[in-house]
Order: sequence, then structure tokens, then C-alpha cells
Amino acid sequence: MEKYLYIALFAPLVGSLVAALFAMSPRTLFTGIFTSAMLGVSMIASFILLYSIITTEQIVHVTMMDWISIGNLSIPFGFVADQVSVTMMVVVTLVSTMVHIHSIGYMDHDRSFNRYFSYLSAFVFSMMILVMSDNFAGLFIGWEGVGLCSWLLIGFWYHKEDMPKVKDIKKSPFSTLSPYSSISPGYAANEAFITNRVADLGMLVGIFLIYWNLGTLQYDQVFAEIGTLSRGLIVGIAVFLFIGAMGKSAQFPFNQWLANAMEGPTPVSALIHAATMVTAGVYLVIRANEIFTVVPEVGYFIACLGAAVAMGAAFMALVATNIKKIIAFSTLSQLGYMFVAAGLGAYWVALFHLAMHAFFKSVLFLGAGNVMHATENEINIKNMGGLHKYMKPTSIIMTIASVSLAGIMPLSGYFSKDIILEVAFGSHTYILWAILYITAGLTAFYSFRLVMYVFHGEENFKKFGYHPHETHSYVIASMIPLAVLAVVAGALSKGTFVEMITKKLPELEIHLSHSTANILIVITLLIASSGIAFAVFWHRKYGTYFSGKMENSFIYKLLANQFYMPHMIDNVLLKPYLAMSKLAWKIDIHVVDNIVDGIAKTVYIIGGKSRVAQNANLSKSLLTMVIGLAFFVVLGAIYGFAK
Amino acid sequence: MSLNEYLILSTIIFSIGLVGVLRRKNLLMLFFATEIMLNAVNIGLVAISKFHGDLTGQMFAFFIVAVAASEVAVGLGLLILLYKRKNSINLDTIQSMEG
Repeated sequence: MEKYLYIALFAPLVGSLVAALFAMSPRTLFTGIFTSAMLGVSMIASFILLYSIITTEQIVHVTMMDWISIGNLSIPFGFVADQVSVTMMVVVTLVSTMVHIHSIGYMDHDRSFNRYFSYLSAFVFSMMILVMSDNFAGLFIGWEGVGLCSWLLIGFWYHKEDMPKVKDIKKSPFSTLSPYSSISPGYAANEAFITNRVADLGMLVGIFLIYWNLGTLQYDQVFAEIGTLSRGLIVGIAVFLFIGAMGKSAQFPFNQWLANAMEGPTPVSALIHAATMVTAGVYLVIRANEIFTVVPEVGYFIACLGAAVAMGAAFMALVATNIKKIIAFSTLSQLGYMFVAAGLGAYWVALFHLAMHAFFKSVLFLGAGNVMHATENEINIKNMGGLHKYMKPTSIIMTIASVSLAGIMPLSGYFSKDIILEVAFGSHTYILWAILYITAGLTAFYSFRLVMYVFHGEENFKKFGYHPHETHSYVIASMIPLAVLAVVAGALSKGTFVEMITKKLPELEIHLSHSTANILIVITLLIASSGIAFAVFWHRKYGTYFSGKMENSFIYKLLANQFYMPHMIDNVLLKPYLAMSKLAWKIDIHVVDNIVDGIAKTVYIIGGKSRVAQNANLSKSLLTMVIGLAFFVVLGAIYGFAK
Repeated sequence: MSLNEYLILSTIIFSIGLVGVLRRKNLLMLFFATEIMLNAVNIGLVAISKFHGDLTGQMFAFFIVAVAASEVAVGLGLLILLYKRKNSINLDTIQSMEG
């Protein structure tokens, strides 16, 4: 089985390196096909591992080689494929393979086609390291690797100009109604990278705390010994690790980068900012569940934060017209759901929702990519409409994914989301449950608001002279497996999954009678389907959702401006930071530079003054020499007498 | 005569040579002054050798004489070349650096 583990891990790296060889040459279809094939190989290997773990329950644990080995510190390059990581591996490689194939079509006309595939496969490799490492140091390498690849891919079109920050809500790059996802791809990439570095510092502190107190970073040793530490210390470790998770999974207050990351190519958003990288934070909490179970108050905080983010993001998605930002907010919202589950101790539920979410959300993004491709990169859903006639497969797939996202029985989203609600109710955290319950309704509404605006109603795109057309058939073919999984994965895999995963993760401890659970299911389905019905009927009747009066209201502007968070970051963080940097720059010029320059100038002046000694006049030089000699003779004589 | 007197004579001659080296501007005179200094040292060496009964000093004096002779031969050769080039052997006029 070790063989398959190495194949799964290194096949994407091979693809990335081969594609990198062609990075500077013009588009060659070969790189796209080769990287996709490598990902396919990795996916097959992951599936074989999954099958073997389900059937034989044998965890594959390998140590490839020693990495750091100094004194008592020993960190090997060790990889483990247990129930948790194999689930992640399958999800990651499956979505990645489909996204790679989709990208061949989506990036068809891009001049940096080869570079793109190199980055994308490098991302998958980093993600595999992240999920497969058997220690925190390896996890951190993967963590930084995916951050780097995310930076490279968000800023893929780095040559685009910065957009001016204007007050007009329809033009401002800070608003979700404008045609710009952020100021510029370069800005968005840096924002994502820097925000993550800030959060990663927290995570690093957590890892250091673990090492200082336990002397090891291997998961099994750390989790076996974590109980020996004092309670305050465990809380500290849990909090710092969670700060890292907050950054990667874009939880408040590190959430802004995710919405701006939509500047990247759409398949990138599907892979990195929906299915895999942003779920790394959830994975960390699941992986370190032994730490978080000891301190339920931290878990409760995680759950509360998750619920707040779930609802806040859903609200922002209500008014946005930027097709990618709606889906990004939805991702944020679903990440909130996962954190609620993880925070309340239902770790396998979080992992299950993570997997289901990866399927339906990535296919939603890929569909959005098709739509944007068809309408010359239009991102305002109000400028589309009636596309169902022109792109039937995309429309059907996106509708199915939206139904799954809304959590309608018996699609995948229902199975995972419904247990989260049950967990919230069963843990007697009724406020969290209420928040998630309302959010479920909002989710259904905004998902179908998007579907209605894009695929139905008036054909607004004609005003702009777009000629929409369905994309290549292989692109659709790459979406079909994900769409099928978005429909059936929940129903088919839940039993097997629960049986497998509870061997590694704690079982659910909720106190819910059967009848209560049934009532919960019914009312959840009710709110979700009424959200869908409302979106559909309202659009049929009025063609739009918010009247002019509502659009002028404060709440609408608040939501469209993303709770004024970009403005706040700009004014509260960036501007003072810039002022501080300018001040430091002045100090640097006037104080530090002057000291250094002063030393140099002094030497220079002394040199200038003493230069006259070198006049090549023999008798003057001799005189100097004799005076010097005489001086030392006299000095020696005085010294001799004094002695 | 005691050793001191020889050494005083040697010092006086050395000082004369030194002043000559420092004061004269004619390169030829500089050579003469150098010779005077070398011979002042020779006097000192020979005197000490005589008074200590050790011939090493006198042998050393011969070496100095030989070296001085060859030094003058080379030096005069260079001097002639310099004169041909600059048409002068005055120290101040052949100075080329400004300092």
C-alpha cells in the first residue's frame, strides 16, 4: 500500500515539474493533458487507499526520510493515510482532476497556459502534503505551500491595472455590485497572502507551544500526551492553532481575502477557494480533535464564530451581483457550518460536510466559469439572464448543485447539512441552531437568486452584444462526475463513511429523540424549499428582488459593501500602517542613514586632509619618516628610563 | 681612545648624512649623503668589533661597503635615465604628484 501512498503524493509534483519546463513557451496542450493525467493517477491511487482502509482498516504509515534531526528534535518526512487523511486525499484529488480537465477548456486562450498548469499541480502537491503529513511540521509546510500557490494563482493575471477606489456603489472595487472583484489581482493576491501570514504566525506559536511542552510534533505522540499538560496551556495551544485555521478558512476577522480572491481564474476558485485549501482550517481542527475535545470552551467559541460567519456571509450573498462573490460568500457560509460542527465536537460531521461541500461547490464554481466564458468574462448576474436556452448542460448542472447546496432531500448537501443542524440542536445550543436554520433558508434563496438571474428571465446580455455558447463537451464531461457526486454521494456513502470514520474520530454524542430529529428534518427542508420557492416565484413575477427603495436603504448598502469591512481594513489598518511606514521611512532616512553616512563622511574628510602627505616629494617623505622614527626612538627611550 | 669616542664620531657623521638627505635637493648629493650615513654605520661596526675582539662586525662592514658600491652603480644608472627624461635631477622639479 505504501506504493500507492507515494504515487498519490508525488504524481502531482511530477506533473507540475514537467509543466514548469514549458512555463515560458507558448501554449502547449500537452501540459494540460499531462498534468490532468498525473492527477488522474493520483486520484486512482487515493481511491485504492480508501478502498483498502475501508476493507482492511489498516492505516498506511510511512517515514520517507529524516528531515530535521538535531539533539532531541527529530522531525521526519512522515506520511500517514488514515481514515481522515484518506477522505481528504480522495476529495482533493477527485476535485483537482476534474478542475484540471475543466481548465484545459477554460484557459484555452490564455497565453500563460503552461504556467497555469504548473501552479495548479503544485498546489495539489502542497495540499497532499498538508493532509498526509504525520506531524505538525509537515502540515505546516503544506500549509505554506498551498498559501504560496494560492498567491500565485489569485494573482495569475497580475498585469491588470488597479481600479480606483470610488464612492459609487456600482463601480467601487469594495462593493459586491461592481464589475470588479477587488482592486486588482495583484492586490487580491497580496491581501490573501499577507492575511494568511498573520494568521499563520498564530499557528506557528501553537506548534511551538506543542514542541516546547511535549518535545515532539508527531500527531500520535502529541495526542497521546496532550492530557498531561495544564489546562491553560491546552487552551493556549488550541486557540493558537485555531487562529491559523481561521486564516486559511477565512473566518472573521480574516475573511476578507476570500471574497477578493475571486480575481483569480474561476477553476482556481473552484479548486482552491471552495473545495480544498479553504477547508484546510477545518481539517486542522478535525485532525487536532484530541486537543480541542479537552477544552470544550474553545470548541464552543469556534462554533459561535462559525455560526456568525455562516450567517454574515449568507447575508452578504443576498445582495451581491458578482457571480463569483455570491459563490464565495456561500463557501464562507458553509465553512461556518463546518466549524460549528467541529466546534461542537462532531468532527466527522464536519469532515462529511467538507467532502459534500467540495463536490457541489466546486461544480457551482466551474459552472460559473462556463457562464463567464460564454459572456466574455461578464461577472454581473444582472447582465445575464435567459442563458438556459443557450447553455442547457451548464444550467442543469448548476441547478442541481444549487439544490444540493440548499440541502434538499435526498441530495448530498441534505445529508451533511442536516446532521450539522441536528448536532446544534442536540447539543442544546439552540441559538446556534436558530442561526444555522435561518442561514439554511438564506442559502437556498441566494443560490436560486443566482440561478434565476443567470439562466432564466429576460435576456439582458443582448444589450452588451454577447453571443453565449455552450463550452467544449469535455469541459461539461469533467463537471458531470462532480455533479453526480453532488446528487448521490451523501445517500450512497454516508453509512460506509460513518462506519469508517468513527474508528478514528469520536462518535456523535447528541441527545435527540427520533421524533424530534424527524421534526427538525421536516422544518429544515421546509425553510430550504421555501427559500427556493420564494426565489423562483419572485423572479418569475417581478424579474428582480430588491426594489429601488430597498436599494437605497442602509442595510442594502451595508451588505453590498460587505459590512464595510474592506473600507474598515483600508482605513483602520492599511492607512495607519502606511502612515507608520512613512514615519519609519523618515526615521530611517534622517537618523539611521545619517549615522551611517556620517561615519563614511568623517573617514572621507580625514582622508582628504591627510592626502597631502602623499606628494611624492622625496625629501618631504624622508622628513616625515625621520620625524616618525625620532618620535618612536624618544618614546622607546622614555619607556626604557621610566621602567 | 675609548669606544665612546668612536661611537660619538659615528653618530656625528650619521647626523651629517641625515641632514644632507633631508636638506639637499640634488639627487646626486642625496647619494653622497646616503654614502656618508652608511660609512658612519661602518665606523660604529668596526669600532665595536675591535673593542669586543669579534671580527664579525668588520666582516659586516665589508659587506656594507660592497652593497653600497653596487647600490651606487644601480642608483647612478637610474639617475642618468631620469636626467635624460626630465632634463633635471632636482627633487622638486621631478615631483609629479600634487598630494
